[in-house]
Amino acid sequence: MTLDVSAIRADFPILNRQVHGKPLVYLDNAATSQKPRQVIKALTDYYENYNANIHRAVHTLGEEATAAYEEAREKVRAFINAPSTESVVFTRNTTEAINLVAYSWGRANIHEGDEILLTQMEHHSNLIPWQELAREKGATVRYIPVAADGTLELNGLENLFDVRTRVMALPHVSNSLGTINPVEKLASEARRQGVTVLIDGAQGAPHLPVDVQAIGADFYAFSSHKMLGPTGVGVLYGRKELLEEMDPFLGGGEMIRKVTYEGATWNDLPWKFEAGTPNIADVIAFGAAIDYLTGLGMQNVREHEVEITSYAIERLGGMGGITMYGPPNPDERGGVVSFNFDDLHPHDIGQVLDQYGVAIRSGHHCTQPLWRHYGVSGSARASFYVYNTREEVDVLADALQAALDYFKR
Amino acid sequence: MQDEYRRQESELDDLYRDIIIDHYRNPRHKGHLDAPTASHEGLNPLCGDEVTVEVLVKDGALAEVAYTGSGCSISQSSASMMTEATAGKTLSDVKSLIENFTALMRGSEEIDPDALGDLEAMSGVRKFPVRIKCATLAWHTLDEALKGASSPGK
Repeated sequence: MTLDVSAIRADFPILNRQVHGKPLVYLDNAATSQKPRQVIKALTDYYENYNANIHRAVHTLGEEATAAYEEAREKVRAFINAPSTESVVFTRNTTEAINLVAYSWGRANIHEGDEILLTQMEHHSNLIPWQELAREKGATVRYIPVAADGTLELNGLENLFDVRTRVMALPHVSNSLGTINPVEKLASEARRQGVTVLIDGAQGAPHLPVDVQAIGADFYAFSSHKMLGPTGVGVLYGRKELLEEMDPFLGGGEMIRKVTYEGATWNDLPWKFEAGTPNIADVIAFGAAIDYLTGLGMQNVREHEVEITSYAIERLGGMGGITMYGPPNPDERGGVVSFNFDDLHPHDIGQVLDQYGVAIRSGHHCTQPLWRHYGVSGSARASFYVYNTREEVDVLADALQAALDYFKR
Repeated sequence: MQDEYRRQESELDDLYRDIIIDHYRNPRHKGHLDAPTASHEGLNPLCGDEVTVEVLVKDGALAEVAYTGSGCSISQSSASMMTEATAGKTLSDVKSLIENFTALMRGSEEIDPDALGDLEAMSGVRKFPVRIKCATLAWHTLDEALKGASSPGK
């Protein structure tokens, strides 16, 4: 074991609870992760000791809250190795971060006849904003195909981009297949061709060491709640040059410099994109989540997930009638295992598993077109994180067998 | 371990009654009608269940009904049981059965158990609130299809 999992588990109060009289086996981490007590404590600490609005107060509480909020931004900057905190914008979630780019950058830079390049494995949050942008501007959307093994069909990078391709947006890691996409290679080719790149890092930042400069992405978006932090906080990393030329996404307090009855000028980065009172408490607690992950070491987190995922592929792969999706090699995938059984619907599997305390996700996982591409309506999905164990994979496999037996009557 | 699993299964038996599994494995009226007077596609965006209901309305009655679709056992068996319960009934009987069934799913006391017959087996779904939408999908879809059949110009 690369992580001290029993010590980690002791930090997560929720892992002590029972579901239907069974110990909770939480395998729905790609949807949202559980929270360690350090994160919960950061929340209560803020509300009990220094709750105040930030940035303009001259009183002590306001200063403390501002310092803690901006300290969290610095933690995020270091976590993804952004060159400066000006490039780190807090949003509500990954979805809002992507929408910010599609509206502010997209409305100014995408024109009629331009092409937006996505993949067939997009989460709806990295699909709808671009489809809407294309519809509004008369642009087209093209999708890089996904092969049967869950990897992108790149067929030589030189032909990937059309002369009208303006932007490429793709997931770092597929939430449905687990595929880790070659984002560095793609971003470097995109840069050579003058194509702007957005990486949907919702499943990347929580699970892999991420260096936005090494990847070479123009934008990288992710969410706190999938990486031990609270809900309601997302991050948009953007290259400073791009963020500077972009218009604000939302208008209001905080994002302005000077306001008159005739108009306004905008605040500096990153506050230009943070209109209104932000989610102060959750941003601060997100900082605690980043401390926690940094303490574990993201390389160790990654190695732990490779180990658990390999074991899950081995255990589940031996079951009769199973179809598993995504790259078979655990080194090429995140901690996501999607599968279907012949003649058994994912919801019925999920329902039986719940009776055994096992929480998985069943359905389309917000990638409806991808599943249609595979000729099914969805899958059952187990997804792993730092606190999951091989023993939990055994419970999953036993409960799956029980589900198969149950419906065999 | 096996004993424990059996105990868990008894809780599930309320949801997955034998008759529901039977309709899931051996669907009735699944397929297409030769000359439907209307059809409607119902989707459950939460879980991706799909049911398309085709109806042939003649002389104030639901002369024929059929469905196609894919989804979990609850959504598909509910569609199958619905077609069996409604085929050949007068439109007013079908309408009151739709109301009866949706009332059953809401947990309403004002239901007519005699009219429901086998459909009462679906009552176990109420203990699993997430699945109620699966059970009612076909029924809402039939309701929409019948509205289409009765509207002018169809």
